[in-house]
Amino acid sequence: MNTSLLEIDNLEVRIGDKTILHGANLTIEGGTVHVIFGPNGSGKTSLVGAIMGLPQYEVTGGDIKFKGESILSLPIHERAKLGIGLAFQRPPAVKGVTLFHLLKAVKGSEDNILPAAESLNLKDYLHRDINKGFSGGEIKRSEILQLKLMDPALLMLDEPESGVDFENIVLLSDIIREMLQKELPITNRKKSGLIITHTGFIIQHIQTDVGHVILDGRILCSGNPQEILQIIRKHGFEKCVECLEKREKR
Amino acid sequence: MRGVSGEEGEEIMGLSKSDIRKLQKVGYDASGAVPRAGTFLTRDHEVVSSEEREKGLEILSLEVALRKYSWVEELVFELVSKEKDDYTKELAKFSPVGYFIRALPGARITKPVQSCFFIKTARFSQMVHNIIVAEPESELHIITGCTTASYVKQGSHIGVTEFYVRENARLSYTMIHDWAPQVRVFPRSAALVEAGGTFISNYIALTAAELVQAYPMATVKRGGVARFNSIIYAPQGAHFDLGAAAKLIEPEAKAEIISRAVSDGGEVVARGYLEGGAANTKGHMECSGLLLRGEGSIHAVPELKGIFPETDLSHEAAVGKIADEEIQYLMTRGLDQDTATSLIVRGFLDVRLKGLPPELQLAIDTMIKKASLGRTM
Ligand SMILES: Nc1ncnc2c1ncn2[C@@H]1O[C@H](COP(=O)(O)OP(=O)(O)OP(=O)(O)O)[C@@H](O)[C@H]1O
Ligand SMILES: [Mg+2]
Repeated sequence: MNTSLLEIDNLEVRIGDKTILHGANLTIEGGTVHVIFGPNGSGKTSLVGAIMGLPQYEVTGGDIKFKGESILSLPIHERAKLGIGLAFQRPPAVKGVTLFHLLKAVKGSEDNILPAAESLNLKDYLHRDINKGFSGGEIKRSEILQLKLMDPALLMLDEPESGVDFENIVLLSDIIREMLQKELPITNRKKSGLIITHTGFIIQHIQTDVGHVILDGRILCSGNPQEILQIIRKHGFEKCVECLEKREKR
Repeated sequence: MRGVSGEEGEEIMGLSKSDIRKLQKVGYDASGAVPRAGTFLTRDHEVVSSEEREKGLEILSLEVALRKYSWVEELVFELVSKEKDDYTKELAKFSPVGYFIRALPGARITKPVQSCFFIKTARFSQMVHNIIVAEPESELHIITGCTTASYVKQGSHIGVTEFYVRENARLSYTMIHDWAPQVRVFPRSAALVEAGGTFISNYIALTAAELVQAYPMATVKRGGVARFNSIIYAPQGAHFDLGAAAKLIEPEAKAEIISRAVSDGGEVVARGYLEGGAANTKGHMECSGLLLRGEGSIHAVPELKGIFPETDLSHEAAVGKIADEEIQYLMTRGLDQDTATSLIVRGFLDVRLKGLPPELQLAIDTMIKKASLGRTM
């Protein structure tokens, strides 16, 4: 039997004593790319944070399975080693640790670091402290650079294009497409994606498979990402959800 | 005099292979392969090696220097008072063991002079007195390593060092300590920086000692600069009480005190004192402390004293633990918690020491890397 890459079942997540996700469900198959839309504060970052295992997102119910096994008891780095990668919406700066130091520690060698950095126009940033004083767009490129060298099976990208100028969106999209093995025939693709976006710019450049809307901590509906984006643009999130639900009932 | 041959067999100058490894850890090269302008090695109270390899450099034992130059007498206990404390009083009772290192006027000696005080006998009480003179327009770099033989667990080291940085001279002094857990250490040093001179003092201690207490003081004249850097890693059981002081007594004098301390269970007091006593003097102090565990402490004591209106003195001090968010972020890249912590600790201790020869910086980098990776969590 084929197991899905990621299976989220009735997930409940709390921050402090506030419940953020109320029973979220999501399944991602190997080789597919999903998109998540949702208003500010709806729980998108919390969802990917909980998948990654960041401790502030406390899982109080449900399960997260990766490659068929529950990962709830695994620490962050073991989830990363299994193939879960997260490009943060707002990563912290790490004083004293240069991007190069980190990449070298991640890879265990210096191989491939320089060409990868060059491909993202980050060569001159390798010897700066990670994210310290980086501009918004530089931070996003640095996140993608780190993931590129980790080469995860599941790429979770939390607003990868926000604050990125047009040219760099094209550049980032090219790299992400490559990371998602978009050049391979569908059946040969192994890599999956979970992309959070408000603008949708990124999905104009990267072909995606399934879109979802998250509202008040629930993943309410699923459909064609482009279509969902159109409806949200025209009618807002609430309407989008109503409309899709109606369609589902039909 | 030949040292008694230990279990380890062959000895060079009374030093076993394991001794030599200990010396290397504090920057002392016994092989002759690393470029050095000169060497001075003291084992317990015996001068084992004293050698100068460059013109314009003079290295003598202090005893010999006192016989050779009548004026050296005036430099002894001139900047550090005999009466300062019990340790200096004790030291003053004995005939001095220690070095006299001097760069002659105009001599530019860019390779470092290496010196080492080595405690070979268990429970030895080592007492040394050093005089360093950088004559006008000269340049001199000294690395002093202090360590014990691997089997020595107890002992004490009392050292008075007096630095004379003459007009427009440049002197860097890097002290690297690698003591044993029950060694008590009391360096007592002071510097006089004359007009246009630069004095750089670096202190590095990355292993345990029962107590290290030091508070060097620089008096800086017109246009002179004093810079103190310290890098301290205090494992459990270590107690470091360290500081630096600078008195800016003439116009345009400057000073900078930078300290980075990591407590991995040990106790650290990081003191600093800046006194602006003339026009256009400027002093800055930065004290950063990182606590890795629930035990241990870092106590930053920065003091500023302005006694002239046109002085500019400032300090920054910060003590805290590594932000969880930063460790977790690195963990999302597949690093376990220990590796992530080490990476941050190493970065924290990795201060670019201004004015150091590159190979010395490299030696320091290597030590920091080892210390931060050798942490036990
Ligand atoms: N550390 C925290 N403490 C308290 N509340 C938090 C914390 N982190 C997030 N929240 C709250 O949880 C809710 C969901 O936040 P989350 O970051 O998941 O939203 P989001 O959908 O990613 O929003 P955005 O589009 O603005 O990025 C918000 O109301 C937010 O204020
Ligand atoms: Mg978010």
